[in-house]
Amino acid sequence: MQKTWRSATLAAYTLAILAFLYLPLLILTLYSFNDSRINAVWTGFTLKWYASLMTNDRVLEALTNSLIVASITTVVSTVMGTFAALALHRYQYRCRTFLNSLLYLPILIPEIVMGLSLLILFSQTGVPLGKPTLIIAHITFCLSFVIITVGARLEGSRDDLEEAAGDLYATPWQAFRYITLPMILPGIIAGALMAFTLSIDDFVISFFVAGPDSTTLPLYIYAMVKRGISPQINALSTCMMTVTVSLVVISQLLQMKSYHASRKD
Amino acid sequence: MKRGKLLVVPAMGWLSLFFALPLLIVVVVSFASRTAYGQVVFNWTLANYIRFFEPLYMTIFATTIVTALGTTLLTFAMGYPVAYTIAMILPKKWQQAGIILVMIPFWINFLIRSFAWVIILRSQGVVNTILLHLGLIQKPLTLLYNDAAVLLGMVYALLPFMVLPIYVSLEQMDKRLLEAASDLGAPPVTAFRRITLPLTMPGVAAGSILVFISSLGMFVVPDIMGGAKSALIGNIIQNQFLAARDWPFGSALSIILALLALVMILLYYKALQAQKGGQAHAKNLA
Amino acid sequence: MEFKANDRKKGCDTPKMKEMIRLVGITKEFDHTTIIPPLDLTINDGEFVTLLGPSGCGKTTILRMIAGLEHPTTGHIYLDDEDVTSLAPYKRNVNMVFQHYALFPHMTVEENIRFGLMMKKVPREEQDNRINQVLYLTQLEDLRYRKPQQMSGGQQQRVAIARAVVNNPKVLLLDEPLGALDYKLRKKMQLELKNLQRGLGITFIYVTHDQEEALTMSDRVIIVNGGRIEQDDPPARIYQYPKSQFAANFIGENNFFAIEGDDQHLLAVRPQYIEVSDEKEEPEDSSRAPFYYGSVVEILFTGTIDKVYIRLDNTNQMVTAYQYYDDKKRWKADDRVAIRWKTEDAVKVTK
Repeated sequence: MQKTWRSATLAAYTLAILAFLYLPLLILTLYSFNDSRINAVWTGFTLKWYASLMTNDRVLEALTNSLIVASITTVVSTVMGTFAALALHRYQYRCRTFLNSLLYLPILIPEIVMGLSLLILFSQTGVPLGKPTLIIAHITFCLSFVIITVGARLEGSRDDLEEAAGDLYATPWQAFRYITLPMILPGIIAGALMAFTLSIDDFVISFFVAGPDSTTLPLYIYAMVKRGISPQINALSTCMMTVTVSLVVISQLLQMKSYHASRKD
Repeated sequence: MKRGKLLVVPAMGWLSLFFALPLLIVVVVSFASRTAYGQVVFNWTLANYIRFFEPLYMTIFATTIVTALGTTLLTFAMGYPVAYTIAMILPKKWQQAGIILVMIPFWINFLIRSFAWVIILRSQGVVNTILLHLGLIQKPLTLLYNDAAVLLGMVYALLPFMVLPIYVSLEQMDKRLLEAASDLGAPPVTAFRRITLPLTMPGVAAGSILVFISSLGMFVVPDIMGGAKSALIGNIIQNQFLAARDWPFGSALSIILALLALVMILLYYKALQAQKGGQAHAKNLA
Repeated sequence: MEFKANDRKKGCDTPKMKEMIRLVGITKEFDHTTIIPPLDLTINDGEFVTLLGPSGCGKTTILRMIAGLEHPTTGHIYLDDEDVTSLAPYKRNVNMVFQHYALFPHMTVEENIRFGLMMKKVPREEQDNRINQVLYLTQLEDLRYRKPQQMSGGQQQRVAIARAVVNNPKVLLLDEPLGALDYKLRKKMQLELKNLQRGLGITFIYVTHDQEEALTMSDRVIIVNGGRIEQDDPPARIYQYPKSQFAANFIGENNFFAIEGDDQHLLAVRPQYIEVSDEKEEPEDSSRAPFYYGSVVEILFTGTIDKVYIRLDNTNQMVTAYQYYDDKKRWKADDRVAIRWKTEDAVKVTK
């Protein structure tokens, strides 16, 4: 009896916290459909804020920028990150501590420090801020996440499978191509999705290294918020949330699926 | 055969060039000074670090630390029961879904999440509108642009950071230990206090470090939800780079910030090693 | 089950046999620790050889060096008179059955078996023929489209064997292949494996720490200890004439007695050769001199026999003897007894 009472209390508490986490986001979404321009009174359902996004050239430009930056970032960081994860998994390195620092510090150091350090680098070397600098910065903070995600997948995989392939006449390349790659593919896809999400969502670092021609969606939202409250921000934020949440759910499902598959054998 | 070893070179070379090198440059710039036009002059001075000890900045630094500590404590108080419920009470097949549910908001960027609170708390916001309609207040309350709003925003932004590591350590804990404790006569609350809590301390520590460090460097939440007086060190740094154009001072501040973060991580790591070492030692004795 | 004999003939009865594998002066070091001190070993074509030893004795390392998965620090490995010492595993005509099978989880049974043939670029039609043959041989025909995780341990074991033998290797290496199976299935698979080896006539090198498995299946048992070969003999000889205390102890049960004036050797006497009699009873044949007095400490029922534990008076040493269900005299704890054995039943072993 006492136990069920305790569980019920904890469950209620947890539900309350979940409500705390989700309610603001739901309200934001709800108000993106509110007809009223200035206050929180519900004056009717409308899609006009979304429609106005479609015709807003600045928004479309920011969207294009975000997609370009995120796509290039994803491809480059996934390829480099996968290579590095494979090598780190397979070989012993004498400078392991140094490599680990390079790998984990970008995640542990406050984002603002990374952002301003890149700004100083670019300005001191005379590189003009723009899409290239933005892409370089995004690749830098995505790399560690990709390496760690793919590495986790490799950690869970069995070493003897590649040996077995070698024993069955597969060259090291064939063993990789037919055995290792299919096995770690879910990890690579999860890493890529993560890189894409991180890139499209990033504000802090982009804030420092973006140029006038390379405003991304989060930067545009920030500018709008700073200028004053407009229901257009609600609509744009809702769109971005939808994309982010879908990407995260897909990547989680992929990781879960591959996790269970690797657990079975 | 060993050519494969070179596969780390692109990624690690990239990180050396675009992560380690810029950090070194920041260190160098933090010892420089600037001209009236914001140009950096390399004249090896400690002035930027000395300036940090001026009362104005010490106050901001103290506010930052207090806010970070407050955020850490509040997220712990809110997060531990949630992690516990998901890991220990929820049926096994729902656990993964439960933790994903907690983590999803974390992926949505701070900007949008802070903005959501602006909609709720501003003077024509949801809360004030409702209270006015109910006749409970005559004019809108000032809920935004103060320290409490910043704390709320920080807790809201960082709560998932606390839940995840605690959840992981609870999930990995051997549940038979609780059966053993119960078998040895410990009531549930005692078992929790003497077994579960100590064993999940590494998770609590990891969560606290993550939350603390993230709050130290946070500038989006105070920027959007805070008032003129609730600036944190992150805002000062941002300001040095974008408005004041005093890069050397901004660099010195960010080096202090980064060192603070690194020291915390190092302490955590040492504590973890000590614990692991203790376990290894016990194994050797056995 | 019965395996169909392949066209290759079994060769292990012919007295002078062709050499298949020769290890010459092989050593192996890991991180400056010597795992294998210099070791020589020759294995003949068609032999079923077992490397037997406790875990960590280096038997698996020897096997992996033959497979090419490890490379010896010094020395040479010859496969069918060809020096393969530094040849990569995928260039060697040997195949391995891995300890935990190492089946490719994303491939079906058939795809797993086809993998080696595909890598060797065997023509498609021949691939199909050989796969069908080996599926029949291992009774896996109904399971060919299953994935490994949908199968039982015994079935996975068969796939691992099929995947290796389909390549017609000169030598099949088996690394504790039955270790993960339960007792009954293990017994059954031992028979299947032995029949398979007879049928195919391939050289089998089998690694195990299970002495019973080694004795049942092999033509030759090699006891490995600390990377060294302790003894290399047919099973019966290994059992009857162990050369060292380690070998005598590792295979079956044994009692050891010190030899006066000889520090190098011990006498090993198996429990079934220990005669137990009442201490007051005169020995029928006083020439069977070496005997000791002691008291029965405990009797353990083990099914077919009872184990009698006796503590000797002068040395406090524990000796194990057997008593059979039809023995006239039944011992009980604290009985005073004398023990002796026939001289020919005692084996002199090195310490």
